[in-house]
Amino acid sequence: MSDLNNKAPAPEKLPASPAPEAEKKVREPLFHIVKRAGIPRLKAWGIRVVAILLALLLNALIIHWLTGLDPLAVYKSMFDGSFSTSRKFWVLLQNTAMLLCIALAVTPCYKMRFWNLGAEGQVLIGALSSGALMFYVGDKLPSGVLIALMLGAALLSGILWAGFPALFKARFGTNETLFTLMMNYVAIQLVNTMIAIWVPSGSGVLGIMNSRTNNGWLPTVFGQKYALNIIIVSLLTVFMFIYLKYSKHGYEIAVVGESENTARYIGINVRKVVIRTAALSGCIAGLAGFLLMAGSAHTVSNTIAGGNGFTAVLVSWLAKFNPFVMILTSLLIEFLQKGAGEIAQAFRLSSDIADIATGIILFFIIGCEFFLNYRIMFRHKAQKEGK
Amino acid sequence: MLAVLASFLHSSIVQGIPLLFGATGEILTEKSGHLNLGIPGIMYVGGISGIVGGYLYEHFCERPVALLCILIPLVCSLLGSGLMALIYCFLTVTLRANQNVTGLALTTFGTGIGNFLGGSLLSFFGESGSISLLTIGKWYKAYPVFADKLGVFGEIFCSYGFLAYLAVIVALLVHYFLNKTRAGLNLRSVGENPATADAAGINVTRYKYWSTVIGGMIAGLGGLYFVMDYTGGTWTNNGFGDRGWLAIAIVIFALWKPARAIWCSFVFGGLYICAVLIPGLSSAAKEVIKMAPYLVTIVVLVLSSVHNRRENQPPASLGLNYFREDR
Repeated sequence: MSDLNNKAPAPEKLPASPAPEAEKKVREPLFHIVKRAGIPRLKAWGIRVVAILLALLLNALIIHWLTGLDPLAVYKSMFDGSFSTSRKFWVLLQNTAMLLCIALAVTPCYKMRFWNLGAEGQVLIGALSSGALMFYVGDKLPSGVLIALMLGAALLSGILWAGFPALFKARFGTNETLFTLMMNYVAIQLVNTMIAIWVPSGSGVLGIMNSRTNNGWLPTVFGQKYALNIIIVSLLTVFMFIYLKYSKHGYEIAVVGESENTARYIGINVRKVVIRTAALSGCIAGLAGFLLMAGSAHTVSNTIAGGNGFTAVLVSWLAKFNPFVMILTSLLIEFLQKGAGEIAQAFRLSSDIADIATGIILFFIIGCEFFLNYRIMFRHKAQKEGK
Repeated sequence: MLAVLASFLHSSIVQGIPLLFGATGEILTEKSGHLNLGIPGIMYVGGISGIVGGYLYEHFCERPVALLCILIPLVCSLLGSGLMALIYCFLTVTLRANQNVTGLALTTFGTGIGNFLGGSLLSFFGESGSISLLTIGKWYKAYPVFADKLGVFGEIFCSYGFLAYLAVIVALLVHYFLNKTRAGLNLRSVGENPATADAAGINVTRYKYWSTVIGGMIAGLGGLYFVMDYTGGTWTNNGFGDRGWLAIAIVIFALWKPARAIWCSFVFGGLYICAVLIPGLSSAAKEVIKMAPYLVTIVVLVLSSVHNRRENQPPASLGLNYFREDR
């Protein structure tokens, strides 16, 4: 029966016989995108270097267009911004170390795909709580005790600031990106409030504290004010590398990040890992706040983190969450900031050009990730491989 | 008492308008599944593009005409913010880059452009001082004359420049588009589950591009309103402040509903301004009050996740990029 039915309309279909030809005429799209299974490490770095070079070229052209400076001279004066005097060099190192420290803080979270955008607030709250101790008991305690108390307060408040959103994320699935983002502004307002209380004149600027006694200031080592900060952050970098790569915690973080279901299946307590990792992240951010407060600024202001809480996200992500590569990426960003600032100063341009330059570099590096993860197959090539 | 209340409502609405533009733009973007954290940067660019366009027009034209005074900055602002959104869109939709990272980079970039051009525009033309486009600002601030004769009613409802009314109209239009049109339904389905939308024959990429770019343009108008109407055609570096992030907070507070965003923006505007308006507050108390919008947002965010009501959730694929061949 069915055979008959099938045969009956056959003659009508006959005119459609050139169908196979028509199928051939359907043009394949010019290219399509295929996910790469993997990419040789050398090639991956090659692509990244090309992207950075292209971005530097574009930056040089823009600066050339604005200032009439020869593009090579642009980079020479950028180098001057960071390396011309030993003071500038130490400032570069200190800034890089602090950016790196905050980047190290957010890394375990990102590895776990927990989008912690609250580093800015966690750093601020760390600086604020250690600053509060310095303000209230700064001249009543010996310096060593004070520093220990300040460190404890900073770590604890950082843990609180990151752990709170993580608690809700783990328990109710609350969106952590938006939660941590809002916590930044709560921290900023807390800082503003405390400064308003501490500075009755209403100027809103809390001066450098204990500048005479240096009580609660981190000690100077090797005759360099910033050396201790840099050493601490270097140790932290090594610790974070080992923690993420060789510890059980690091393994759990990686599994939860790759697939929560797998993690549950192999018996990892996902909630615990989420809260623990966020707390660690907040703890390190609090440490960064403490280092900024006790090691370099010795005052509290709502710009003490200076947007580095956000830049750190980029630093960490650009380095693919590898702490050692982060040294390079944070150095790159700080170098750009300093260099563009130098050019801006020399040509009486607004120093915000540094942000534009950084933005362009970031776009290129972000964009080049695509070529690491995907392959573009052009029509002819695809057909050849098909045969 | 009535007069005080009226002037408070008036200031709240004035403060709320840039937030409303930003929130409406961000809602439209997020409905396609893209969390655009570049909105603060886009709003800066929207503002400065309008300033640049207006400045060039005033600079090169002897007798500025009212219509062009309004149109040129408007078009420049739309173009500028549209371009910014296009960068975001190209990176996240076509190149499938991480949305958070791209958004943050865009904010750095946009804030940089705004402050750089704002700080150096005059020196390019050999002038000094700060930018002030008072003629253009005057046209942007213009409201119907009869508003003054209507007393309190006039002050609360009729005393704004045209962009303020546009903000409310755009929010209502986006509400209508999302909930009552076929294209709006398609867009929402793209944000909820792009793979299903794709299987149903919806061009996912096209919807994502359009919603992000138009959303960016709407948000950019918030920047334009701020520089042209609120400050009357002047630019101060970082003057726009953290309003961009506040706009993102409103998206949560309004539970991704543009019509709700209208009154939410005005409430946030009120919270933003009431610290200044209440007499006799210590400066510490003012700062505490300014914390309120963020705390309220956190509470709403937590409550909406605890109650877990379906209609109050963010788009299901928010923050995730779509690649057809993914499994």
